[in-house]
Amino acid sequence: MMCSLALFPPPLPGDGETSHYYSKDEFTTDPSVWFEESHALNLYFPRESLKPHSRPESSSKAAFRDHCETLYTRSAGAWRDAGLSGLLNEIANSSAEVPKWLGVSSRCVLALLQWVSSFHGSLFPHLTLSSEEMTAEFSQVLDWSDCAVRGFAWHPHTQKCAVALLDDSIKIYNPKSSTSPTLKHRLQRSVAALQWKPLCASDLAVACHNCLLVWHVDPTSLSTRYTHTHTHTHTQPHSPQVLPQRFHCSPSRRPSSGCAQVLSHPGHSPVTSVAWSPSGSLLVSASPRDTAMLVWDVAVESCVPLHRVGGGGVTHISWSPDGSRLMAATPSSLFRVWETRMWTCERWPSLKGRCQSGCWSPDGSRLLFTVQGETVIYALTFTDTPGLPLGMSGGPKAATVVADLSETSLDTPDGDTMVGGEIQSLAWDPRGERLAVLLKGDAGAGRPAMIAVFKTQINPAFKLLPCGFVQGEPGTEPRLMQFNPNFRHGAQLTVCWSNGKITHVAFYFMSARVPQPGVGGSPPLPISQGRPADYVNQTLYTELIS
Amino acid sequence: YAKYDQTICSGHSKDGLCTGSSRPVASIAWSVLLLPPTTALYVVLSRFSLFHPLQWLTECLTVLTSASAIFSFILLCGVVLLVGFFNLEYYSVVPSIACSKIALLGHVLHPRQFFHSLVHCIMGVVVAWCCAVTIGGRYQALGEVTGTSHGPQMCLNENHLVLLLAGAFVGYSHSLLGLVHNMNYISFHTVQQYKYLCFKGTLPLVMRASAVQALYSLRNFLALYFFMGYVPRAWVCRTLDLQVDSSVYSLDCVSGLLDLSLLYQLWISASFLLFTWYITVLLFRIFVTEAYSFPVQPTFQEDAHQCLPEVITGKQPTILKFLALQDLARLSNHCPSRRQEVFSLSQPGGHPLTWTAVNRECLSLLSDLTERLVSHHDNVASNGRTNRSWVLFPPPGGSRSWVLAHVHHPLTSSLMSIIPSRLPSCPSSPHVFPHVHHPLTSSLTSSLMSLTSLTSSLTSRCGPWPICFMMSDWVLFSLQLPEASSQALFADSQAHIWALEGLSHLVAASYSEDQYGVVQTTLPSILSAMLMLQEAVDRHFKLPHASSKPGRSSFSMGDSSYKTLRFALRATLKTSIYRITATFGEHLNAVQMSSEHRKRLQNFLEYKE
Repeated sequence: MMCSLALFPPPLPGDGETSHYYSKDEFTTDPSVWFEESHALNLYFPRESLKPHSRPESSSKAAFRDHCETLYTRSAGAWRDAGLSGLLNEIANSSAEVPKWLGVSSRCVLALLQWVSSFHGSLFPHLTLSSEEMTAEFSQVLDWSDCAVRGFAWHPHTQKCAVALLDDSIKIYNPKSSTSPTLKHRLQRSVAALQWKPLCASDLAVACHNCLLVWHVDPTSLSTRYTHTHTHTHTQPHSPQVLPQRFHCSPSRRPSSGCAQVLSHPGHSPVTSVAWSPSGSLLVSASPRDTAMLVWDVAVESCVPLHRVGGGGVTHISWSPDGSRLMAATPSSLFRVWETRMWTCERWPSLKGRCQSGCWSPDGSRLLFTVQGETVIYALTFTDTPGLPLGMSGGPKAATVVADLSETSLDTPDGDTMVGGEIQSLAWDPRGERLAVLLKGDAGAGRPAMIAVFKTQINPAFKLLPCGFVQGEPGTEPRLMQFNPNFRHGAQLTVCWSNGKITHVAFYFMSARVPQPGVGGSPPLPISQGRPADYVNQTLYTELIS
Repeated sequence: YAKYDQTICSGHSKDGLCTGSSRPVASIAWSVLLLPPTTALYVVLSRFSLFHPLQWLTECLTVLTSASAIFSFILLCGVVLLVGFFNLEYYSVVPSIACSKIALLGHVLHPRQFFHSLVHCIMGVVVAWCCAVTIGGRYQALGEVTGTSHGPQMCLNENHLVLLLAGAFVGYSHSLLGLVHNMNYISFHTVQQYKYLCFKGTLPLVMRASAVQALYSLRNFLALYFFMGYVPRAWVCRTLDLQVDSSVYSLDCVSGLLDLSLLYQLWISASFLLFTWYITVLLFRIFVTEAYSFPVQPTFQEDAHQCLPEVITGKQPTILKFLALQDLARLSNHCPSRRQEVFSLSQPGGHPLTWTAVNRECLSLLSDLTERLVSHHDNVASNGRTNRSWVLFPPPGGSRSWVLAHVHHPLTSSLMSIIPSRLPSCPSSPHVFPHVHHPLTSSLTSSLMSLTSLTSSLTSRCGPWPICFMMSDWVLFSLQLPEASSQALFADSQAHIWALEGLSHLVAASYSEDQYGVVQTTLPSILSAMLMLQEAVDRHFKLPHASSKPGRSSFSMGDSSYKTLRFALRATLKTSIYRITATFGEHLNAVQMSSEHRKRLQNFLEYKE
């Protein structure tokens, strides 16, 4: 049976808009932080307080690079910054200083290059985008370029999260310590994705504009702070009043190279997706401009490029939780499923559009994915046991449609509401009981972006059942979502909203499949004691599944 | 390529692998098979002429079918076979790391290496001769007949000579750079791919590397020829009784060497030479490091020596042990059915023989490394003290020539006696390293001590002489390439990395898969071995230079991954301990261990390491 939005309980507009952000005095200035009993972190980053880096690179550089520099210096700079085309451009532009034949020939070569690249661009239209546009286009975040929170990552093992902000800084929050380290780096620009290393306390991989950064955030020093040129560590007793002054005087110090590793590879920019292998040994990165997907051995800082013809790049990668497979989406209507033992891949061409998002079931046997321009969720089932020789033999032959999210109008007390449409991203909770779907919405058509949540049932037959909608305050839209992997009592969906708030929506249930050894007896009551009702509709608190 | 792969797989039978011959032979066979297309490409490129495309192609065809080309092709095949043989003979899975510049010099001057260089030099000449024959024209032969006023005369063709000398130089520098960059070292990749895909992925890099390396070698050669070119020329003329044609320019001047066509031919030939040799090296590496699946339990009793526990515990050859450890790491991660075999009990008797053997070998590897690190740490601490006392020593004096003569002798002789002993670059056991390190340092320190006593006795007689002090400083400096000692300690750490991965994956899997509890009885020893290693590694990384990363070098055929093995080991060690703690969680509190270890483990349980 295919699930569609018409079966959903209607969203309740205006429900539960009790004030969420009780502002304690000490937190009113900075992003407010407080901890619930469940150690969830609610964060608020007002859009106005974050200054995006103004970086129209070429124009500002041209202004700084004064013309009193010699042609040689300028050419060397252009070669370093923009490669051959930059060099040719520089020579062609300074025709007064170069011999005539050099100027003319460089102009000819430049024209030829542009012609070739436009031909290439006509094959792969995404190559004509600028780096920023490309990141925005392929990011899993809705409206990435104007979003205060550009990335969010829960630590896979502890209650700790990292938030990437519009001003290119990353903050790390840990309920056990009241300070939050800020990570800044010269190369940390336009962060597209970030992920903590599994089976490790402190390593964080960040996909940046033209490189990959791996931070080592020392978990024991509570007030670690990485400033300006970034990589030195202050270990000192925490005293909030003193810290700001101290840090402002420090940027002149030299960084120690220990805290951030820079991994870059020629032609691999912008990096739009990173994924650690679940065993923590490898890191895979993808860039829409690079046809190769890079598999990094981070400790050794070496990478193996995996080239395949077709697709024109790799936009989004997602590792199956058991580590045996890897989904890699490309900018054209093709995606691949890699098998990670011998690194062979299976092509899935003939989609209607490019693959927008994908997620794996916890046992790695099922892949759900969505296609741009379509409003359905597809599923692939992998039946073979991974690890057999030629591991792809038992792979599926065709994808099946498991849910239809086309537009429907739902009857609410305020009148009909339109819901549905294209899908931005998918998230499956680590126990495989809830599936969250971020719908793009369409402001013109009166459809807001919202999150639809499905209950998932894997045995005996795979099924999606309607659960409910997650809505924010009026006028806010969800931008990014992730399930908290360390929530004991069910599933907890962390949502970053368009107004810069980050909240957590809990779904309480007893896991039907994997009884947790730690959780005995009945789970705690869903709605916490004495606190205002949570962000979402009541409908989301589902009955217990025994 | 699947078919190709299968033929290769079926090609090496088990005993073939055990004798270690079939894989290298297959790799050499493939490099010979790849020679025709490479040669054809070379011919096409060397005869390149932009303005006569038709003539160019027909010429290429005639050259390729001519008898001389076929003869030189046979010669090239012989060269490739020889290069393959040298790869097989000289390769090692543990890099030989020179801890000082003197030691490196010792490596270069070692007879074995000298032989290697000499043969490569000669092969370079042979390849260059083949190239000269293929190019034809003015490069064809060494002598040419010119008509002078005294009638026809046999004259030296310097173009040909330059080509041959360039071949010799490139061959020699290939051998030398191979030693310096550890080209004989074979590293195993974390990402396993099928051989064909691996080859395809690396081919562009090899092309680039050979072209770039040819350029550098050529630059050095031309500089050398510019200054010293007259020596071989005169020698050849004298030996072969050739005349120097005074009507053409000699090539060891600027205008002679700036001949574009000559430079192009030299570069293309050097690239061709390096490319064929690099391809041989590359294929050899790919074939040898390909994962091999050992049977965990023997089907028949006579196969027992070929199954995993036996091979892992065996000492010789090292490549087999490495392959077995790699297989262990892979099976523990990917193959539930083979894991089951490891956990199983022996049929009569009910003993977990397989697991015991695997576990014992892995633990002994880990404790070996721990021991090595601890002794190195102690050694450095004590050496630091002696060094300091050295610096405090008053500047000694003496008569220059006298002291130099007497100082140099004990030092160099003791060095020369040490270096050859550590040169066999494939140590049979990891124990080699501490021994390698100690005699070098200690004997040098002792000889230096004798030097000081000598010079101090001289101080009384003669005036102060600072140069001697500078020289002893220099010796101390050249004694320690700071990072190298750290690299040498971890030179064979790939084995430890696999042991850690294999153990931790097996232990983690045993939580749900181990029916008889064979793993749980050994859990305390595994945990304590890992925690002790963790402590030793942490202490080692606090030493100066241990945590400094080498600069990333641009691609060359030398594999520099051994320089960062210690970082990989540190990361794997942490991940392994976390894998166990994440799987067992609070249950680990029931495991017997010392309070210090429990404290450390608690840090891991709370994700604070």
